[in-house]
Amino acid sequence: MDVHSQNVIGAKARPELIRASGITKRFGEILANDGVDLTIREGEIHALLGENGAGKSTLVKILYGALEQTSGTIAWKGKEVSISNPAAARKLGIGMVFQHFSLFEALTVVENIALALPKGEKMADLAERIVEVSNRYGLPLDPKALVADLPVGIRQRIEIVRCLLQEPSLLIMDEPTSVLTPQEADELFKTLFRLADEGCAILYISHRLEEVKRICHHATIMRHGRVVSECDPTKETPATLARMMVGEDVHAVKSDHTGAVGDVLIHLDNVSLEADSTFGVALKNISLDVHAGEVVGIAGIAANGQSELFDVISGERLVHENKSIQLLGSEAGRMKINERRRLGAAFVPEERLGHGAVPGLVLSDNVVLTRHSTGDHLIKKTVVNKSGAENMEKRIKVSYDVRMSHDNPEARSLSGGNLQKFVVGRELDRNPKVMVINQPTWGVDAGAAALIRQALINLARNGAAIVVISQDLDEIYEVADRIAVLSRGELSAPEPAQNMTRERIGMLMAGMGEANSNQQEVQHDATGA
Amino acid sequence: MRLVLEKRAEHSRLMTVVSPLLAIGLSLIAGSIMFVMIGVNPAEAIYAFFIEPLTSTWSLEELVVKSAPLVLIAVGLSVCFLSNNWNIGAEGQFTMGAIFGSIIPVLFHGFTGPLALPAMIIMGALGGMFWASIPAFLKTRFGTNEILTSLMLVYIAQYILDYLVRGPWRDPDGFNFPESRLYEADHTMWMLGDGRMHFGAIFALVAVIAVWFMLTKTIKGFEIKVMGQTPRAGQFAGFSRKGIVWFSFLISGAFAGIAGIVEVSGTIGQLTPVISPGYGFTAIIVAFLGRLNPIGILFAGLLLGLSYIGGEAAQVTLGMTDKTTSVFQGMLLFFVLACDTLILYKVRLVKPQPTAGGAHERV
Repeated sequence: MDVHSQNVIGAKARPELIRASGITKRFGEILANDGVDLTIREGEIHALLGENGAGKSTLVKILYGALEQTSGTIAWKGKEVSISNPAAARKLGIGMVFQHFSLFEALTVVENIALALPKGEKMADLAERIVEVSNRYGLPLDPKALVADLPVGIRQRIEIVRCLLQEPSLLIMDEPTSVLTPQEADELFKTLFRLADEGCAILYISHRLEEVKRICHHATIMRHGRVVSECDPTKETPATLARMMVGEDVHAVKSDHTGAVGDVLIHLDNVSLEADSTFGVALKNISLDVHAGEVVGIAGIAANGQSELFDVISGERLVHENKSIQLLGSEAGRMKINERRRLGAAFVPEERLGHGAVPGLVLSDNVVLTRHSTGDHLIKKTVVNKSGAENMEKRIKVSYDVRMSHDNPEARSLSGGNLQKFVVGRELDRNPKVMVINQPTWGVDAGAAALIRQALINLARNGAAIVVISQDLDEIYEVADRIAVLSRGELSAPEPAQNMTRERIGMLMAGMGEANSNQQEVQHDATGA
Repeated sequence: MRLVLEKRAEHSRLMTVVSPLLAIGLSLIAGSIMFVMIGVNPAEAIYAFFIEPLTSTWSLEELVVKSAPLVLIAVGLSVCFLSNNWNIGAEGQFTMGAIFGSIIPVLFHGFTGPLALPAMIIMGALGGMFWASIPAFLKTRFGTNEILTSLMLVYIAQYILDYLVRGPWRDPDGFNFPESRLYEADHTMWMLGDGRMHFGAIFALVAVIAVWFMLTKTIKGFEIKVMGQTPRAGQFAGFSRKGIVWFSFLISGAFAGIAGIVEVSGTIGQLTPVISPGYGFTAIIVAFLGRLNPIGILFAGLLLGLSYIGGEAAQVTLGMTDKTTSVFQGMLLFFVLACDTLILYKVRLVKPQPTAGGAHERV
């Protein structure tokens, strides 16, 4: 599969498709976009790069008509247009595949697609068109399959095919590979190349620099709401791209694998858990030992049991057998979350706002949230010691560089990266012996991510046992001493990180090649329909 | 030009105080329009409603009589609403408290002495808790919507009361009127002042202070707020979802039940088919107008109590129907909820997009 065989020459000569000039968007005090210029040419794969909060999503939403710019103009094929809503965008020929899918799980593929299209087409005709279009672009789909039964990679295909049916001239894709295995991503790239060859432009939003270098013809880089540079990514390295995004060199995380490990502090023995709803994931016979001094990374694609595994170790959901989970030598399967915390365990869930922190409470109250019964003297005879909590908040703010507009604000006013530093810092401040963290740097800027990853490694080197659950393979490689893969509620045996190649992880993510045979089945069904 | 609601980064402290006042102002304006429409001079009507009752001792005492149950019930409801439990059935819990508390003066009227009244109040609290425990059980066990169950139980409680005073509990010496026997002196609240004001108002004050302390200072108050705003985070903090449903229903049931028995033994002196002008429902407005804060509820309770007395006065002096009071209270709730939006959002006027040309402000 040679994906480098793209014809980059002549990209500049292509006619302009869309030109946005001086786009400014103000949200109250904040300038999300500040005089942004962007030009996309026909048949071009154009990368939009930037850290979280750089203004990429705002710009894209303006192009797709979901937001209205405060000022600035958009020209489509040389003519000035006003894109007042997504329907107008689709009419022009702009399609968008969102990072978070908007599919109804209880409906079939064809029903989901019909909902997004103008009325009047017969279901049977539409199903035929779906099969035809999806096969033409190498994205086979079975129109009659129920969305709930389909893996994430296939669901993304539905979104893409839904856009393709409207024959777009510009396809916007927001972080499309974040939910895919490396193999699935390669398939997607082939489709994108085919589309580009046919003259369709693609605006590709990603923070995966390797990928951008590999497939994009042109890149626009944003920082703090402005375009800071444009380049030909094929002529750059990931490191130079990262520097343009962040504006400075990103600190490399130092891990120095020692190899020396201590006692088993987290012991899972054949842990199983039923799915709590139709769309939940059941855990099947999960066994895992994590030793003092090491970080075990758990890779996997979204919704393969990550949050269930987290809940079972944290005690938000209890297992039947007390002895099937042991923390720091104590049987803990039936223990509640605060009892586990008192043993010396700490937990950081995936969702910062709404799980790890209460949006409407000030930070010092959010300190009380997880530390009210961990022996930190925050409660005296049922009365909350507010000044004690405020002191802790200040300490966490200083130690973990949490930036805020004024002292002790409500959690919801913090940016993603700062809130994550706070939520992680709140637990690290306790000096835990066991730490379980789900998606430690999801949606966090590169600087904060490096700080958090380094803090986790340092904690392990000081004798803690750490589990990092992450969908970001780069992150797993950066922090983990051993790697296991979670797929459909089953956990592979952890292996030393240096022995795990990306290909091997990809196979394990897909459930040992099981997904491949599935795909063939779908293809077969689709052609037979 | 169009109006846009823009989310604030944090809630506005100023608006937290201003929004209820704004709501009162808007209700007065809308109320004036209503008065004009029914052919009454709005200035006179507002004077009759809200000023005149404050000019005599009798009506000031009556204000305490009407406000005390509102405040007591609303304080309990604030715990429910803060924890996201929608107990709409305080009226039923009030009625059940009155019935349970009345077991002593009606069936065991020989039981007198200093312990009789405290026993009645405990029975009243238990009656309210019992009635509130039904929606709590249905919600925790079967996931039933508590708005429907608690509301429906109001009517059941009222029919039970109606049955009792017309049937088994009817006063044998009462000339067949649907009323229970009159309570003994030991079974009635101590009177204060010249009118109907009695000791029962103390319960409201104690409840205000106790619940204020619990909500602002203790870990229980913290739990109530967290579970109400973000149950997932509450679970992460180790709080129990079912526990908070039970706690909030039982405490609001107990308060409503005490309000019920206090009303019957203090203000009325016997059980009658109708023992409340809708205190349990009006208390919902009181709770929200007071921003679910016990101190705020104290003032909101006085205002709504005033609207009851003012409604009666307006009936006499201006010949207005007593429905006016309900309409007024309804408008107040409507505006309170609407104005609450301003706490998390600000309103902005947006001019339409200027046409191309003048919009290029490169920075």
